[in-house]
Amino acid sequence: MSVDESALRPLRAHLGDTSRRRPWRAPGLLLPSAFVLLLVAAMYAPEWFTALAPDAIDIDAILQPPGPGHWFGTDELGRDLFCRVIYGTSQSLTIGVGAMAIASLGGIALGTAASLAPPTARSILVRLIDILLAFPELLLALLVIAVLGRGQVNTLLAVGLSHIAGYARLVRSQVLQVKLSGYVEHAVTLGEGRWTIVIQHIVPNTIRPLMILATIGVGTSVLAVSALSFLGLGVAPPAADWGALLADGRNFLEIAPWMSLLPATVVAISVISITLLGRRLQVLLARGGVS
Amino acid sequence: MPALLHEPASNLASKPTRWAMQHLGVIFAVLWGAATITFVAVKLIPGDPVSILTGGENVVDQAERALMIQQYGLDRPLVVQYARYLGHALVGNFGESYQYRRPAISVIVEAAVPTLQLAGAAIVLALSLAVINALATAGQRRGLRTVLSGLELALLSTPVYWIGIVLLALFSFRLHWFPVTGNDGFAALVLPSIALGLPLTALLSQVLRDGLEEALSQPFALTVRTRGVSEIALRVRHGLRHAALAVSTLTGTLLAGVLGGSILTETVFGRSGIGQITLQAIKTRDMPLVLGLVMMSALVFVVINLMVDALYLVIDPRLRRARV
Repeated sequence: MSVDESALRPLRAHLGDTSRRRPWRAPGLLLPSAFVLLLVAAMYAPEWFTALAPDAIDIDAILQPPGPGHWFGTDELGRDLFCRVIYGTSQSLTIGVGAMAIASLGGIALGTAASLAPPTARSILVRLIDILLAFPELLLALLVIAVLGRGQVNTLLAVGLSHIAGYARLVRSQVLQVKLSGYVEHAVTLGEGRWTIVIQHIVPNTIRPLMILATIGVGTSVLAVSALSFLGLGVAPPAADWGALLADGRNFLEIAPWMSLLPATVVAISVISITLLGRRLQVLLARGGVS
Repeated sequence: MPALLHEPASNLASKPTRWAMQHLGVIFAVLWGAATITFVAVKLIPGDPVSILTGGENVVDQAERALMIQQYGLDRPLVVQYARYLGHALVGNFGESYQYRRPAISVIVEAAVPTLQLAGAAIVLALSLAVINALATAGQRRGLRTVLSGLELALLSTPVYWIGIVLLALFSFRLHWFPVTGNDGFAALVLPSIALGLPLTALLSQVLRDGLEEALSQPFALTVRTRGVSEIALRVRHGLRHAALAVSTLTGTLLAGVLGGSILTETVFGRSGIGQITLQAIKTRDMPLVLGLVMMSALVFVVINLMVDALYLVIDPRLRRARV
């Protein structure tokens, strides 16, 4: 799903009593944090997890089901899938984080401009955001791929650009709120320059709530990147991000369902963990009154 | 996004003509914007424009090439090209899809049928499940609700294709209950619509439940309760109407979910439809078809938003009252 209002809505009600008393020990925070830590470890030190090489071909062990020797089974060339998933982590997450960075920076720029620019430019920008929002993100990303072609950088750009409008809308509503706040009025009264006010007061106060959303945005981006790879329009073949693995496995769905199922499960758990973590942090910050 | 269409809706009754004009204006603006973005996108593709429009080098001979240049006005200034392109695009003339050798619009209309079936089935499924879920769990603090809202959170972050692959592996390959691929009949529609519908169910449930809880905490709910109306009747007859309004903020997200999701679902299940031709068009850079699809997507968005706006006037009488 996209970055939408529901992501901003604080998680209510179903925080149990334990988590209320000791918020940092709630399972809803601990499990996702542990998984995200594992992901980060797999990103920087994949050799900790597996002794095998991700592209070691073993003709004697083709399409093996998951078992003690090969936790996730092997693919059509006898490569160990667990190993390939581990080594794919870095690429998937890097593209995910990069895409989120593009989307949120672009969103901040566009959203701020769309709420503070001179009236004519402002209404044009607001309309532009509306028009961009009229397209499903996946379609926008596909359009970018159609223009730029496939590739690692292009995937990153496609996913990043396609999510800008969503962030821009949120930033805009945030800026409009901040604009009316006491400290901005104060700064105006003190005669501070227009740009000083925007850069020193408005943008920082807009960004803080956005940070949490950006955490969830990493999950959304990882999902979008894997979807593009799954459709055969992501990172080109010799590379092996998660999406490429499961797209590859799609051809063997009937005889070796684990080939696409297990990498897809890793994507799902990662995205769920990142999202849960983001939402928990949001709740904690809201409760502590930090944001 | 819906705000764009919602504000004018509030004074429908007072100025119907103005309302219609404003909405037509919005439709026009979005379509024009979409056409402009795609025009810029196509112009950004490096290389020979004739090759881009025909899908590759040396696809057409000299005579056809000259015809194309003349037809698309490629020898004219950019402004003229833009104007000509806009004129064509707004009446649905996107050129001939070189892949299918037919006008892009007819390819799209044909592919829309199976996609509409899929999307329709998924939406009906999602709506019914979400309504039941919200009715049953609104106002609860634990028990069923904890389980279901946990499931909703998981479904919202789960890739659509994962659900599809699991369903396929389980019900088609292992149990042989449903066909593996294809478009034929109801049986082939079951698994895809579940795969597409489940994430939508999760999103809808959350919003419906919030709306319902909001409604049940209103004074009118207390009034209804004191009249001795049963809890179920209160929720179904009075609460749902309010909850339905909460969904309005989500029309865009839902549409994106359906359209984007159907591209993935159709790929997993090997169904033909809009998703398949979109992918093919992008893989082969069939630009006339890409343009048509982008315009169609924008049109669907504005039309659905408009219909939702109109629907809200039916659901909520307060919106009909003139606010002048």
